[in-house]
Order: sequence, then C-alpha cells, then structure tokens
Amino acid sequence: MAECHPVGFQWVMEAKARGAKVVHVDPRFTRTSALADVHVPLRAGSDIAFLGGIINHVLSGDAYFRDYVVAYTNGPVILREDFRDTEDLDGVFSGLDPDNRSYDPGTWQYHGTEARAASGQRDQRFGGSVRADGSVSGAARGESHGSGGPAISRTEPERDETMTHPRCVLQVLKRHYARYTPEMVERVCGVPRDLFRQVCDLVTENSGRDRTTAFAYAVGWTQHTTGVQYIRAASVLQSLLGNIGRPGGGILALRGHASIQGSTDIPTLFNLLPGYIPMPHAHHDRDLESFVRADEAGKGYWGNMRAYLVSLLKAYWGDAATEENDFCFDYLPRLTGSHSTYETVMAQLEGTCKGYFLMGENPAVGSANAKLQRLGMARLDWLVVRDFSLIESATWWQDGPEIETGELRTEDIGTEVFFLPAAAHTEKDGSFTNTQRLLQWHHQAAEPPGEARSDLWFAFHLGRIIREKLAASTDPMDRPLLDLTWDYPTRGELAEPDAEAVLAEINGRDAGGAPLAGYEQLEGDGSTSCGCWIYCGVYADGVNQADRRKPGDRQDWVAGEWGWAWPANRRVLYNRASADPEGRPWSERKALVWWDAERGEWTGHDVPDFQKDKPPGHRPPEDATGPEALSGTDAFIMQADGKAWLYVPSGLTDGPLPTHYEPQDSPFPNLLYRQQRNPVRHLLPPHPDNRYQPSGGEPGTEVFPYVATTYRLTEHHTAGGMSRWQPYLAELQPEFFCEVSPELAAERGLEHTGWATIVSARAVVEARVLVTDRMAPLTVHGRTLHQVGLPYHWGPNGYSTGDAANELLHLSLDPNTQIQETKAFAVDIRPGRRPRGPAALELVRGYRERAGIDERTGTEP
Amino acid sequence: MTDDTAARAAGSTGAPPRVGFFTDTSVCIGCKACEVACKEWNAIPEDGLELTGMSYDNTQGLGASTWRHVAFVEQRKPLGGQEPGVGHGNHEDHEDIDVFAAARGLGAPPGSPLAPDGRTELRWLMSSDVCKHCTRAACLDVCPTGSLFRTEFGTVVVQEDVCNGCGYCVPACPYGVIDQRPGDGRAWKCTLCYDRLGVGMEPACAKSCPTDSIQFGPLEELRERAAARVARLHAAGVTDARLYGADPEDGVGGDGAFFLLLDEPEVYGLPPDPVVTTRDLPAMWRHAAAAAVSLTALAAVCFAGRPR
Repeated sequence: MAECHPVGFQWVMEAKARGAKVVHVDPRFTRTSALADVHVPLRAGSDIAFLGGIINHVLSGDAYFRDYVVAYTNGPVILREDFRDTEDLDGVFSGLDPDNRSYDPGTWQYHGTEARAASGQRDQRFGGSVRADGSVSGAARGESHGSGGPAISRTEPERDETMTHPRCVLQVLKRHYARYTPEMVERVCGVPRDLFRQVCDLVTENSGRDRTTAFAYAVGWTQHTTGVQYIRAASVLQSLLGNIGRPGGGILALRGHASIQGSTDIPTLFNLLPGYIPMPHAHHDRDLESFVRADEAGKGYWGNMRAYLVSLLKAYWGDAATEENDFCFDYLPRLTGSHSTYETVMAQLEGTCKGYFLMGENPAVGSANAKLQRLGMARLDWLVVRDFSLIESATWWQDGPEIETGELRTEDIGTEVFFLPAAAHTEKDGSFTNTQRLLQWHHQAAEPPGEARSDLWFAFHLGRIIREKLAASTDPMDRPLLDLTWDYPTRGELAEPDAEAVLAEINGRDAGGAPLAGYEQLEGDGSTSCGCWIYCGVYADGVNQADRRKPGDRQDWVAGEWGWAWPANRRVLYNRASADPEGRPWSERKALVWWDAERGEWTGHDVPDFQKDKPPGHRPPEDATGPEALSGTDAFIMQADGKAWLYVPSGLTDGPLPTHYEPQDSPFPNLLYRQQRNPVRHLLPPHPDNRYQPSGGEPGTEVFPYVATTYRLTEHHTAGGMSRWQPYLAELQPEFFCEVSPELAAERGLEHTGWATIVSARAVVEARVLVTDRMAPLTVHGRTLHQVGLPYHWGPNGYSTGDAANELLHLSLDPNTQIQETKAFAVDIRPGRRPRGPAALELVRGYRERAGIDERTGTEP
Repeated sequence: MTDDTAARAAGSTGAPPRVGFFTDTSVCIGCKACEVACKEWNAIPEDGLELTGMSYDNTQGLGASTWRHVAFVEQRKPLGGQEPGVGHGNHEDHEDIDVFAAARGLGAPPGSPLAPDGRTELRWLMSSDVCKHCTRAACLDVCPTGSLFRTEFGTVVVQEDVCNGCGYCVPACPYGVIDQRPGDGRAWKCTLCYDRLGVGMEPACAKSCPTDSIQFGPLEELRERAAARVARLHAAGVTDARLYGADPEDGVGGDGAFFLLLDEPEVYGLPPDPVVTTRDLPAMWRHAAAAAVSLTALAAVCFAGRPR
C-alpha cells in the first residue's frame, strides 16, 4: 500500500499512531513491509491456503464472533442434501461438467429455497445452463442463462440457530477448512508456522465486540485464476470475525488508479450497466419484464431492480422511453457471450472485431500476453488511441517487438491508427470515486495544451457528429443513437461539455425535473430518471455534493461532509451490523449506528444503512417482497436473504467456498487436493503464442522452476503512459529490472546491476538485475523456492524504456471476472541479455520443446 | 551565533522566527514525492537516468540538480521505530493507548527464521536528505559575490542572478550539498522554497510528504517536537533513534534542517561530525597577518640596516 498508494498510506500511519498493528503479507519486502509491524513473505499464488488456514484457526478455536455469525451471516442456514463439498470429491464441488469446464450450481443452493446473488452471476440458475458457445465456460452471465425458469422462491431458508446441524453452513465450513492446518500453510505457502500463528493471533485478538480488523488488498489478490475466491476467503474470515459493517473493519480494494472504483460503478465493463445492473443477454432477455423478473431478488433492495433500470433507461432515452415501448429496453446492447478484453483480442485475431478504442489504456505493455494484444490490433481496420503520450499501443505497427522479429511487417498491416492526445485530470472537471466509494470532485486548473481534449469532450462530440450524420436515417438500427438524450451544455472555446450537467443526469430527476435526493425515490413507472441508482443523491438539492471539502478537524470523525459516498453518503456499508440484533452497539468503543427506541428510528454517527424506521424486532409479513421483506435484523440489505454469505449459494461460477488451487503455471503440485488447478478457470482457445506450461509433477515442469510475480513501483504508473515520459519520474526508476534473492543470483550466476533473461512458454524478456535480501527464498513443499519480482511498467517507447514483463504472461482467466493471472506464474531466469530478432523466437521455441509443450499442455480441467 | 541572531546578524530586523525542516526518517515510506515536488516547484532539470543498484535509490545524492534525495538502506536488522509520532488531527480520545507497549509485542520472535539461510529480519531505512541551512554556513562565508545570503527566515539561499560560478562554496560545504550545474556553471542548492515562504506557504517537499516525515516550521518548535519524539522512541526500546544536526553546539552551530535517524549518520551517507570549514579561517588570517607583519618588519629591518 505504501508502494502503490503512498498518499492513502498516510491513514495507515495515522492508525499506527493510534495503536493499530500492521501486518503485511507479500512475496516481496516492499516499502509497506518497511513500515509494517510484521512482514509475512509467502509464495505468490498461495493466498487461499493462507487465508483458509486462518479460517481454520478461527473455526477450530471457536474464535469467531458467535452472536454476529448467528444473527447476520448465513452460518446457521442448512444446505441441500445433494451438495458435495471438495472434501467429498477430492477438490471439486458437486455439479462439475469437466468437458465444458463449468459447474451446474443447482446443488449449491440452500435447502428448500433459492437465493439470488447480490452481484456477479445473478441469473445463473435461471433456467439451467444453456450455453451459446461450448468453448467458453460460463464466462459471462449470459452463458449459463436460459429462457424461462422457476419462479423466485420467497420461502425462508431452513436454519439451525445452534449451528450444529451437520449440513448447516458453519459445519460445512468447518469440514471444508479442517485440512488447512498451520503445517499445511507452511508447506504450501512457505510461511513458517510460528509466523503464521502470530498472524492468526493478531487477527483474532483484534476482532470482536471491542475491536475490528480491516483487510486491504490490491491486484495481488484479484489477478489469479481464482481471484474472486481470494476476496471471498477474506469475506468469510471477516464475516466470521464480525468485521463487516463496523468502523475499522471491512475489506478494502485498493484500486489500480484513480477512479477505477468509479469505472465499475458506472462501468467500462462489458457485462454491467451503471449501478451493477447486469447487461441483458441477446437470446434470453427479450423484454423488460422477463429481464427484471430474472434478476430481481425476492428480498432486499435488488427487489427494486425495475425502478433502477427504468430510471436508467429514462436517463438514456428521455421522452422516447415510454411504458408502451418498454422504456426502450430493446435499445440496450445485448451480450452473446463473454466480451471481455481478452475475448476481444481473440475476436480481433479471428477478424470479427474490426475497430478498437483505447482510452487511457496501453495493452501492448499492460495486458497479459502483450504480443497477442499487438497481433490482434494488427488485424483491425481501425484503431483509435487517446493518451498523453505516444504509447506502445499506438506505435507497435512501426517499431513493435514483432517488427524486430519479422513476425509482422509494417507494409502488410492494414490497421488505420488514429492517435488523439488526451487531457490530464488537471485539465478538466470531473469526479474520482475511490475505494471507499467516496466521490471527490476536481476542478480544471489549466486548459489542455494543443489538440489535447478531455474524454468527456471526445465522447460528447463524437456522439454529436455521429448523430448529425445519421439525422436523416430511417433505419431502425439508428434509433437508439438518435433518441439518446445528448444535450449537455458546452462552454469555452473548446466547447467542453459541462461535467456537472453529466453529474446531475447521473443523480437523476423527478417528473418535474427537480434533482432527486436518494434512490428510495426512484420509480419503475418512468416518472423518474437516474443515470446510476447508487449515485442518486450526489446532486441532491441541485448541489454538487462531491465537491464538499469541509476539513476533517472541523467535523466529527466520520467526516460525512467531505465529498459524498455512495449510497446515500454512507461511509460504512451494511452498518446495521455495527449494532447487535436488538439495535444496541456491540460496544461503546465501536458504536456507529443504533436504534433510538424513543424516536423510533435508526441513528448514529454514520448514515444508517437500513430503513430508518424499521425496528430491530420487525418481522415482515409472509407475502412481502423487496426491501419490505427484510426483517429488523437483516443487516445485509442487498443480499437476497439479508445475510452476509459465509457460503455462496448462487452467483459464483467456480464454487460456493474458496478452495486452494495452484496457479495455471505452477512448479508445485496441489498438496491440498488431487485437483491441480481451478477446474473451471477460463482458458482461451488454443493459440501458438499462448501456450501453457506443465505444472506440478508433470514432465517438463522443471524447465520453468521459479515463481514470478508482476507488480508496480511507487515511481511509475501502470503501463507507463503517465510516468515513463516524465523525466522527473523516469530518473527515479530509469529502466526495467527484476528483483532476485542473493541465493537465486548465486544459483543462476546473476550479477547485481547486470542483465538477466527471463523466459516463459510465451516469450523472452531481459531486465537489469537487482539482487536484494528483500526477495526471500521460501521453503515450499520441502524444497527451496526462489521467486522473481518483475515490475511491469516498461515498454520500448518513452524516456525510460525496457521490455514489458507482460510479454511472459498467458491468458488463463478467473471464470467470474475474466481477469488474467499475472500475479503468479512460472519462469526460468538466466544471466545475460536476450537474443534479438528471430533468435528470440528460437529461444522460446527451444524451451517449449524441452518442456514438451503442445496445445493440450495445461488445459486439463 | 544563536538561532535568533542568525537572521538579525545578516541585517534583517523584525525578522520572523528562524524556520527549518525536521525530517523524521522513522516514518519515511520512500515515495520520493519530495524529490519530485522539489524539482517541479523549482524547475530543476532531470539529471540522469542511471540504474545504480543502490536499492531503490537512483538519485545517488544531493547536487546542483537534486535538492532532495531519498536514501534507501537495506539492513539485516529487526524492524523498529517505524511508528508515526505526529498526527493530522486530534487524538485526545486515544491518548490512553500506549502504542509502543503494543509495538513491543510485535515483530517475529527472535530466532524464527523467515528463510532457509537463517535470515531473520530485514530493515529498510529510508531518509530524505536536504541542504542543512547551517547556523554557521561556510558556503556563505566564502562567497565572494554575496550571491549566497542569509534570508530573514534564517535560511541560506543562492541568488542565481548574482552567482558568478566561482565554485568556492562547493568545497566549503561540510556536507557536500551545494554544487555547480554542468553547462551552467552556477552553484545551486535548496532554497527552502524561499519564494513560497515569502507568501506564507510551506516548502514543496514538506507539502507533498504524505506521512509528515518532512516537517516544516519554526526551528525552536521543531527541536522541541524532535526531542519529545526521540524520548518516546527510546522509551519504546528503539535505542538506535538519535537526532542529527539538532545540537546548536555542534560543528556547524546546529542545522536549520535536522534529522531523526535510526542508525549512525554514515549509514545514511551523512558526515558523523561536520565542522564549518571556515572555522579556522580567522586563526589562519591572524597567522597570515602575523606572518605579513613579520615579513614587512624583516624587510624594513633589512632595508633599514642596508649600508647607504
């Protein structure tokens, strides 16, 4: 965190000043470790084993927060009789279809009911598992989505408040994690058991009524073939310890750069609409009613899905959206499968994707298997790159690595490339949404130089010009564009659209055009509009609430008047859980919101995340739906059962409980189960430049004996577009280097500040060598493991240059999110510079032959 | 010369209190924001892209084009002392917590190896160095043009439009801070953001420091704060903690920019016992004058005693 979020780390230092203890778990000793109380080096890719070990410690030692677990989690809920855990099936869950690498999650449900997920694959069980494309297993929500299906069950699941029933979630959990012992953690993760126990003690002693523990993570957890399950493991642990919905608790995603949280709230993702509403599917979501019915949870605030979606459609299409035409629901684009960034590359290679916008993204350096990214772009008709700098993704056609090797020739490439300079954040108005869902407005400080323009300017004027060109069209295909509300006021010589006008549209308006104050005002009858329901209220009273800057020392400790947090300016989500079932704070020290019986309302330091006047003892009528169906103790109001999920009955494609699998490319066998890898990980179609490596005990594994991980440095920004061209930053970390331990340097003859060549089955790169004690050799599976650290900022362009670490990566993705596994893979490292031109290809080919790699290697379920 | 008189001796009357930096290296996270903010504000040129292999330090040292420099020192020593001593807000409701008592119980137990080679723990020291703005500044003493002067804030500043590039100040600095810029010839160093102080702003490096490792303020106040901080660290068992440059009795009369270090100054590349290089100048001039008088007298005697 100190390494990649130094400004945010000031608050960790504040917490330390108040007595907080900081534990840093990372393969490397980083700037964070330097300031932490304990640093725990572990093998990259083994975190579920580590977290599972802590879960086992908590469960076997009865260190969980029992009252919290009973009241607010699904721990007491009883599962179906036909559910089979990894304990029963040696590493897989019931419902596995190995041929299609997918699960039928039917048996994962609660006994006697069905629950909708609050996010993720929300309509997974809607009518079984019809698949449009057998090669893509459950990639996007639509892949497992049928037409029709069972009515949503509104029956309450069967519970055992004593949590002793053998099929209740807590007991299943206990059995599932029983094998994650300290000894196993030591063997799998390379973390000595004494150090592991110390972490367990720190976490458990600092949780309970009087204390809370927070987890912060970044892409070191997400970028794995089991990335979602990493986060789930932390969720299980935090729910068991009662650390959700309480001050000082939570699981905090440290985002990759400014407003990545905002870009999922109002998404740049293919499978979501604003506010986490799923994108409809081409074949199954034929009309608004069936779409809403499929995705609408019976209980909780997702029960108001129709109001959120209709208000969104009204924001998009205004007066053109009417009850009669389903509020233009048919205008929405439809999914036909996974259209993730990596599928898009495959579609480029196949020739079906012909045009590509890159806005603030440099896939030729920053995406896994950078070579495939470039080869894909070489098959496009047109490519638009908007960036500050002439990044590699804009110049690969004239000087990319494939030009050097002869795999591409400039004269053969038909792609028309447009480079459009972009304005920096200081050159435009707008908001940033940070990891705690806090929107903070920033004002333009300077006009953008030359032809640089903001993204808002580009999107608005592109839309305006397209609409002008299509104005006379009678083709129904053009109606969605022509009917758009596209009337933002502009100002200044550059005709910059007014960013606050966009914020006002996102906030939403009532039938009279007045700004809405909160999402509970949204209606499903077309009388309200709202561009993103969770942001409703950010422009309440016509005031830009995100622009509030009352300093912390002039308000209370919650600081609710700094910026604006979604939803409803709540600073802690699910904060009903900060009080006990009767509505009293679990402890005075950790009081956040509570029930005021005299006034008959929830009150406290934060905005209560609960219906204001619903008493703790409230029991809903049998036929209630949506928020009305939540009882006075259903603290997790977005969940279909109102509970925090220790066990996920619906919504995940790869299992209801986090389970350790080895990374796609791993030098080690899975010691915990016979199942080596995530059986439903998302592999892309075979491609000669995307070969996987042998793993575990397979012959050829020894050819790539070292674990590698990629990461960032304080001095640079992601793929370098914002930093490698800046002399003041470039001089601080001037070139690509790898970090190795003195032991590995001795083993492979690597010299400090000399050159190293790093090879995978995909590519070869070279890097300067930093030999450092900060890379500790670990004892894993009884042998010494060396790890290679690879910062991934560099590419051939710019002021500070180097090979791109992402050349080495394969495309094997998390099946829930289609995120690549860049944080744990296997390589070889040798001294000296890499060969140039065709000889580089020869070297990689030689490695593949030695390891016996073909198109089937590593593709087993 | 005392702090109070430093500015007054330079001719400033009614001067504001002497200001400076307290750089608490025990909370530095090595983000180098100070280096970048300094270069941005003062428009200092980039000065070389070289991977040095000195941990994450590719800046190497202070110079004409580097006025803040973050050193990175990797040591096989236990973690310790990386505890913040200053906060941004009120912590009165947490004053009952003895953070150091809590901290003492932490860290891997002695002798629990993290690695097969028996390594135990690792310490990564980070420290942002800067011009010390000495109370007795030799650079200022030797400057023949008056380009170097003491400001009303008690800081030492080079006037770039007066400097003639003679370079006398360069060997005069006991810390090796001031330097001539290649291709320019003039001497450059930290001005403690003189232009910002004049309008009531704190220096760029202190402004950008996310953890308050670099603290700016009246020197007296900073010294008190630093003394209290060292006392707390000592009480917490961090016996390595010491102040550097805070003593008005030291060889340079105390630094306007002083440090809290967690190891010997040499570890950070700082001289252990800096002495103002012009210390012996008066004596030298006295000796020279005496010699001159003697020689003149001798010559006179010679001439006087010459037979006509």
